[in-house]
Amino acid sequence: MEAWLALEDGTVYEGESFGATGKKVGEVVFNTSMIGYQEVLTDPSYKGQIVTMTYPLIGNYGVNPGDLESLHPHVEGFVVREYQRNPSNWRSTGSLDRFLDDHGVVGISGIDTRALTRRLRVDGVMRGVISSGAADPDTLVEQARAVPRMLGQDLVREVTTDRPYRWEGERRIYVDPPDDDPEGIWDGFDEPGTYRVVVMDYGVKHNILRNLARRGCQVLVLPADYTAEQVLRLNPDGIMLSNGPGDPGAVQYAIEELKVLIERKPIFGICIGHQLLGMALGGERFKLKFGHRGANQPVRQNESGRVEITAQNHGFAIDADTLDESEVELTHINLNDRTLEGLRHRRYPVFSVQYHPEASPGPHDADYLFDRFIASMQ
Amino acid sequence: MPKRTDIESILIIGSGPIVIGQACEFDYSGTQACRALREEGYRVVLINSNPATIMTDPDMADRTYVEPITAEYVEKVIRRERPDVLLPTLGGQTALNVAVELAESGTLDRYGVELIGAKLEAIKMAEDRELFQKAMERIGLEVPRGGFARTVEEAWELVKNTGFPAIIRPAFTLGGAGGSIARSESEYAEAVEWGLSTSPITEVLIEESVIGWKEYELEVMRDLADNVVIICSIENFDPMGVHTGDSITVAPAQTLTDKEYQALRNASIKVIREIGVETGGSNIQFAVSPEDGRILAIEMNPRVSRSSALASKATGFPIAKIAAKLAVGYTLDEIPNDITRETPASFEPTIDYVVVKIPRWAFEKFPNADTQLGTQMKSVGETMAIGRTFKEAVQKGLRGLEIDRHGLGADGKDAVDAGALAAGRNAGQADDQADGMLDDLREQMTRPTAERIFQIKTALQLGMPIEEIYALTGVDPWFLHNLRDIVELEGEIGAHRNGSMPRNLLHRAKQAGFSDVQIAHLTGSDERSVRSRRIEARVDAVFKTVDTCAAEFEAMTPYYYSTYETENETRPKTRETIMILGGGPNRIGQGIEFDYCCVQAVMALKEDGYETIMVNSNPETVSTDYDISDRLFFEPLTFEDVMNIVETEKPDGVIVQFGGQTPLKLALSLERAGVPIIGTSPDSIDLAEDRKRFGALTKALGIPHPPHGTVFSFEEALEVASEIGYPVLVRPSYVLGGRNMALVYDDDSLQNYMRTAVHVSPEHPILIDKFLEDAFEYDVDAVSDGTDVVLGGIMEHIEEAGIHSGDSACVLPPYMVKPMHIDTMRNYTHALARSLKVVGLINVQYAIKNDVVYVLEVNPRASRTIPFVSKAIGVPLAQLAARVMVGKTLRDLGFTEEIIPPYASVKEVVLPFVKFAGSDSLLGPEMKSTGEVMGIYEEPGIAFAKGQSAAGGSLPLSGTVLVSVNAFDHENVVDIARELDGLGFTIMATSGTGRTLEDAGLEVVRVNKVWEGEPHIVDHIRRSDIQLIINTPLGKSARDDDYMIRRAAIEANIPCITTLSAAWSAVKAIQALKNEGREISVKSLQEWHETLKEARV
Repeated sequence: MEAWLALEDGTVYEGESFGATGKKVGEVVFNTSMIGYQEVLTDPSYKGQIVTMTYPLIGNYGVNPGDLESLHPHVEGFVVREYQRNPSNWRSTGSLDRFLDDHGVVGISGIDTRALTRRLRVDGVMRGVISSGAADPDTLVEQARAVPRMLGQDLVREVTTDRPYRWEGERRIYVDPPDDDPEGIWDGFDEPGTYRVVVMDYGVKHNILRNLARRGCQVLVLPADYTAEQVLRLNPDGIMLSNGPGDPGAVQYAIEELKVLIERKPIFGICIGHQLLGMALGGERFKLKFGHRGANQPVRQNESGRVEITAQNHGFAIDADTLDESEVELTHINLNDRTLEGLRHRRYPVFSVQYHPEASPGPHDADYLFDRFIASMQ
Repeated sequence: MPKRTDIESILIIGSGPIVIGQACEFDYSGTQACRALREEGYRVVLINSNPATIMTDPDMADRTYVEPITAEYVEKVIRRERPDVLLPTLGGQTALNVAVELAESGTLDRYGVELIGAKLEAIKMAEDRELFQKAMERIGLEVPRGGFARTVEEAWELVKNTGFPAIIRPAFTLGGAGGSIARSESEYAEAVEWGLSTSPITEVLIEESVIGWKEYELEVMRDLADNVVIICSIENFDPMGVHTGDSITVAPAQTLTDKEYQALRNASIKVIREIGVETGGSNIQFAVSPEDGRILAIEMNPRVSRSSALASKATGFPIAKIAAKLAVGYTLDEIPNDITRETPASFEPTIDYVVVKIPRWAFEKFPNADTQLGTQMKSVGETMAIGRTFKEAVQKGLRGLEIDRHGLGADGKDAVDAGALAAGRNAGQADDQADGMLDDLREQMTRPTAERIFQIKTALQLGMPIEEIYALTGVDPWFLHNLRDIVELEGEIGAHRNGSMPRNLLHRAKQAGFSDVQIAHLTGSDERSVRSRRIEARVDAVFKTVDTCAAEFEAMTPYYYSTYETENETRPKTRETIMILGGGPNRIGQGIEFDYCCVQAVMALKEDGYETIMVNSNPETVSTDYDISDRLFFEPLTFEDVMNIVETEKPDGVIVQFGGQTPLKLALSLERAGVPIIGTSPDSIDLAEDRKRFGALTKALGIPHPPHGTVFSFEEALEVASEIGYPVLVRPSYVLGGRNMALVYDDDSLQNYMRTAVHVSPEHPILIDKFLEDAFEYDVDAVSDGTDVVLGGIMEHIEEAGIHSGDSACVLPPYMVKPMHIDTMRNYTHALARSLKVVGLINVQYAIKNDVVYVLEVNPRASRTIPFVSKAIGVPLAQLAARVMVGKTLRDLGFTEEIIPPYASVKEVVLPFVKFAGSDSLLGPEMKSTGEVMGIYEEPGIAFAKGQSAAGGSLPLSGTVLVSVNAFDHENVVDIARELDGLGFTIMATSGTGRTLEDAGLEVVRVNKVWEGEPHIVDHIRRSDIQLIINTPLGKSARDDDYMIRRAAIEANIPCITTLSAAWSAVKAIQALKNEGREISVKSLQEWHETLKEARV
């Protein structure tokens, strides 16, 4: 079946449908990772986005339960050059086509994804519509222009968990803190852990949870709108601020609570968690022209001079110039465009990075940051 | 960290002659390194014995030593130049081995030379299997089960643990030489013995077989600050069991999930750190179980490798250049990425296309060689193709391979014709036939050979299930499914034989890499019609950029590949543009020499302000470096692909004469299509190739030419042969490197040749020439601007007539020829160049017999000897040629007089027989050498001796010489033996030769022939009782004995001379070495060329 991708600038691409049929709208972005499409699809940070992979062949190794980064895909639409119908890998339990279809993700194949990527690089990310079946291109362009802009959108609300849950053995076990003894919530864990960590779920990827659990943490995931007071009542050893989608500027409620938490507990923020922390520390966010999405971004640790290759996925960033350097140390920068990649509070054990130390997909160069978080709780 | 300032001068060791397993990828890496380090202001001293390289161009280094790469000669260079550091990681295994030898002998310490890039300990840990295994254990990586054996007994112990099949790998050999797979006890015994004998330290690794596992390579870079990045991942189409150099390989990895890939990435980083390669590139190989993902570390190259060259071309990341900069102290984040300019080199390239590399074999040259692929590399070159899909890239690769295929079959050369198959099926026939073929294929596909991908294709056509093909070949089903897509599409195209193919299908076919020739074949049309129909339907090729970053940043370097999509990225030209067509994959007869010429041409034209376009498909070369030409098109060299570029770029001139036979074959059709070919006209090129036209020309010019004829059938051949008289040289027209050329003495052999060796047709006639026995041969290279002709040099062949000029050693200037003949050759060359209206280079081959100078052939194009001559006379002939092609005159360029150097330059060749078990080492009219070396000295004998050392067969100064020659040579060998006797050698001989020598009064040690019983001649060779062998072929009857002698000599690495004229040269060289009395000195090319200037003043 034919399928279409229309951009707000009037560009229309025709291709072939795969995955689910239907119509979806979103911000069209590109990701330059050559592998890891299943992790990309299931990363909640892609909520509200139509993702194109720059690597042309997608579907090669199928899908498998071990590569899920959340319960289901979050991207709105998926754009590839050539879908691979016959996956081959010992871990594979099914085809990507089926997976997308099962989860309502509209896919389009046969697109000149490089031309699309160049357009997005030159003109910036755009709103778009992906649609399968016969369609009138002009109408699609009109619809693309009607898509709400990313700036100002709180997408965290749409992906955060409704209820707290324990992360144990790759599973979510929903729990609510007992009213009389909120700390009692930690007693329910099967495995005794060394550290009690709460994860503020702005759209968390499972690999963050896996990394914490692997290091002996009891991991408790909380809804994004949990207040500082509610968090403190649980008396965790540390707070993890997760990744997530959309504009951090629209998540003011979280920023306000963080202002309180900074002085109280060790905190480690990732991606939108870093942006929210940066804003709680007085920084301002801005929107990047086409974002950083891929697995090859070079980041320098200012302290050691070492370069790490990082996985990234963000369309907004904190403007380093708006931070008070007497309070906040700028710890990491992006070597491609010199944007801020990490910060640390000068007085409190609070730090964050813009990129993804949990990788998945991407290199594991930065997983020392989880160790650093553990150390901050000791 | 900034660059080191405590270093002034850097010694770089090249990789020497092109051999199997070590080809021009090290010219690419060495050239990049020289340029990068000089750019940083260091004084670069280079040693490399290979004159055909760009890196040995005198402009590339401050001091260029074209000397043998042996510890002895490198030490001489060190003593003279006193470099501060030695960078050994860019010249392949040769450079690494010599560096290790010099470090271990204390030579480097003695002269205070520091090893940079990789320290001795790191090199040893990576190269010594035992140390490597221990290192892997320390970092928790698995290696295949097994161990080391120094004796056959130890090997039997080990195989109990590994079981069969077992892998046998000798330690410290090149390209896996001597390695093999043993499936049974009997195979094992032989394999172990051979392995032990090839290893310089008599040690073999016996390993559990992981045949059939998936094979991956990662290209890793590390800097002194311990930053590590992965440049590229490569997945092998052929699974474990086939040497990676003989595997079709694909970048990036296709069938790994992120979790698996990251496990390999993490392992690679651990490996480079544990082995301790401080800076630069390394290549790490893994086997991954297709069943459960178990990972085994297989090996690591602590240096830039063939795969690094591939990774550089595949990603646009210049590994060798960056490695050189890291070696002098820079860190990755201090070096800019040339392509984006705004981002640093400390990142991991991401690509948005698929790269396929396909090896090029030359088994046709070695009729008795074992063609099965295994752990020892056998290919002589490779081609790389870039496409947006695997299907597109693999088809482009196959048509770029220069094996007369136009993609994955569908070109009229398939074992099964798709159309006939369909017709047969419909009629209910052909099923039996198909069953028979399937049985054959089942048998064939389990043995990997050069043909395997085509066998898979046939199996798919015949309906063999993917699962079965996978079981037979171990090729991952992902690849097989993609190949099946191609086969299915072939069927769809074939359904449109009436020319009614819908645009959509045409577009899909092009996107899947189908060439116009394939589509023409499938639809019963011709290439031209398909092309015009395609252009009419606006199914045009577009060009996309290789930019390291999948378009995330703007690319500043125009490095392109074609595909069939919507957006073309090339930019309009800004000034007069010249396009140079390269030579494609290396093969025997067409190698690095032509890349040298192309690069020289590019550099000259660039300097003169032209915009240059390079087209080539060989990833090993300098020409395919993106910063050599102004625009690089990485494309197959076919009419279709070249036309696509011409139509987009509209060059003002196209040069076809530098890339060897590959672009020449296209010259006429390109010209007919309106392409502006510059230089000598395609018609003149054709005239020189066309025997009839050429015969008329020589007749008109009054130049003697051996009688000859062109025939289209055996009957005609007999007629011509009887007319001109035996012996005759026979060959197909339009060949390079004497492909299928043979010397024929009688009607029977002629009939045999016509029946078995060649396919005669009206388009492919056979050429027959009278063979001038006992003549001496000469090669002349000259450059002409259409008016003036100046000789580059006259080379005297050391081997007699009948040996292909590419296999013959030669010396410049000639020293055994009468001056009047030199004048004659000069005059003939002038006359030929003028009448052919040559603009550019011309090569003429002459033979002199009974004081008559005959012209054998004329090639109005760059010859194989251009780089050698250029280096001998200190004049860049290819640059001059490029300039005259764009309108300069030789007078403008100041090259008006032939230069006759006051020293001798000797070219010696390197032969690949050791790699081909079963092949004979006899030379003949068909070229077999893979590479060449050069020796320079005042005294020709010593220049020859240097050439021998450089080619790996140092001449002995004492010991025993075995003389066993044929009856014709008995008389002539007496003087040679007498000289050797006088030089203190013991003469050993078999009965026939021995009797003659004794009759002449020489003392001879008699030795048994093989059939005469032990200890026989081969025993003596194996025991190293013999230091030099002179063995001329004894004719068919005694062939086996002879063959065993030569084979044993190859395996024992004893110099074996198979012609008397070469024997004479060897004797003179030994004499010269002994007379010299003092040490043989070394001198750089720059200094030699300085003496030329002095001589002229």
